[in-house]
Amino acid sequence: MTLPEIREIVVNIAYLVAAVLFIFGLKGLSHPRTAVRANLMGAAGMFIAVVVTLLDQHIIGYLWIAVGIVIGSAIGAWLATSTPMTNMPQMVALLNGFGGGASIFVAGAALIEALTIVTDGTPDVVYDTNLQFTIATALSGLIGGVTLTGSLVAYGKLEGFVKDLRMGAQQAIMAILFLATIGLSVWLVIDPNQIAYWAIVGIACVLGVLLVIAIGGADMPVVIALLNSYSGLAAAATGFVITNNVLIITGSLVGASGIILSTIMCKAMNRSLTNVLFGVWVATDSGPSADEVYGGKVKSASAEELAMLLDGVGRVVVVPGFGMAVAQAQHAVRDLANLLESRGTEVEFAIHPVAGRMPGHMNVLLAEADIPYEKLKEMDEINPTFDQVDVVIVIGANDVVNPEARTNPQSPIAGMPILDVDKARSVIVVKRSLSPGFAGIPNPLFAAENTQMFFADAKKGIVELASAIKEG
Amino acid sequence: MEAFLTALTIFVLAVFVGFEIITKVPPTLHTPLMSGSNAISGITLIGAVISTGAQESTVSTILGVAAVILATITSWVGLW
Repeated sequence: MTLPEIREIVVNIAYLVAAVLFIFGLKGLSHPRTAVRANLMGAAGMFIAVVVTLLDQHIIGYLWIAVGIVIGSAIGAWLATSTPMTNMPQMVALLNGFGGGASIFVAGAALIEALTIVTDGTPDVVYDTNLQFTIATALSGLIGGVTLTGSLVAYGKLEGFVKDLRMGAQQAIMAILFLATIGLSVWLVIDPNQIAYWAIVGIACVLGVLLVIAIGGADMPVVIALLNSYSGLAAAATGFVITNNVLIITGSLVGASGIILSTIMCKAMNRSLTNVLFGVWVATDSGPSADEVYGGKVKSASAEELAMLLDGVGRVVVVPGFGMAVAQAQHAVRDLANLLESRGTEVEFAIHPVAGRMPGHMNVLLAEADIPYEKLKEMDEINPTFDQVDVVIVIGANDVVNPEARTNPQSPIAGMPILDVDKARSVIVVKRSLSPGFAGIPNPLFAAENTQMFFADAKKGIVELASAIKEG
Repeated sequence: MEAFLTALTIFVLAVFVGFEIITKVPPTLHTPLMSGSNAISGITLIGAVISTGAQESTVSTILGVAAVILATITSWVGLW
């Protein structure tokens, strides 16, 4: 065996080790206890893969690699340390986009390299413009472009500087643009050239913007998960471009993970993925108006009255929603829970799968406030037990506790699985006003016999409630 | 063609492995899962490293460096 051959074997075995570490890393995430170790395994896999890549025979200079890694590490370390856990949805969105961007650039560079070799005829063939190469390059450009701009728009929406925008002919425009990328891809395959590639990337970037700009706040968990999947598929496509197994394996793992998460989110809303992506949410007039639902029936309570209601009860369930995230109320909620528990009340948290703006959003916030994960109950687990709950405290959630989903087949949220909080003995809703949630419909829960509204900002309201309990 | 079939086989099997392990992740860990899978999709870094180091042309090196920077950021933040 010659030296380059041995080198190639070493590199490929190391890639295999890295791929196995990634698989174990993801597997470790199936339990909170092993999650930290799982991250370490992922990091080890990444380290091994990068180090052995430096042995690759095509690499003739290390300066620019070092420059890129130093800059990337500096920015990465800064982002990782300066981002509070509460900004995770934005960060994940942004990083999905970076993954897509990296795929565009790698496939673009590979195309340049492949074309250079064809013209000067040197035997040092890094890449060959065969069918696999060209198709995969087109796919990298397409998926990478959609991921890049789609994620940036998602990031902007979560940060609040990009607003929802719906245009009449949006779907038709997207269909035409998509057909254009197919045409350009055929051109790229028949006659490999850079113009076709960058045109695909450009159109894909427009497609990414159009795809995400129309999608409203409550559907963000689905979109983030889907973009996550795309960033993986872009990496896998790039793996086919440079024929690299570890890229293909890792990319497909991430692709599968994102698809599963988006499916889970869609199921939780009783909608199909196509409906989330292309369905226009029409406000229906068929349902009862806010006045009909609320008129004279809404009971507003003070912190002192609610403190009395919570005095000496056996079981309390907290239902957090996006309002808790906006108000950053998770620490106040933890203090309230601890206070109630010190007085002998059992406190649990009911988490709806699409509460918040990303998969697992509420879990992250509550974990950040050191609430033990055993106290967080999933919807299917806690729903049958609501009739044995003394008091439910709904904090900034609306559509996910709207009984209309169960009772009114005409409702836009009909059939959506909800938390059955209306079956509890009493319900306290901490909310700033009676304004509707994302679905734009009134919530009969707020006017129910056993519901008390506590009109306040989530954080202020909870703090007030806690001090009222202490004083009482 | 043979290389392609091997790559395709690996791709399809890896998708199945992905489905198997991810379905077992509880909702509590969905956010860490997203951040972790996000980080490992930064594996594109190795493609970027090869493109940058091959120094085939100025443009390809620039593209390579840009990809190295983006992929490094992705890996760092997710695996921190």
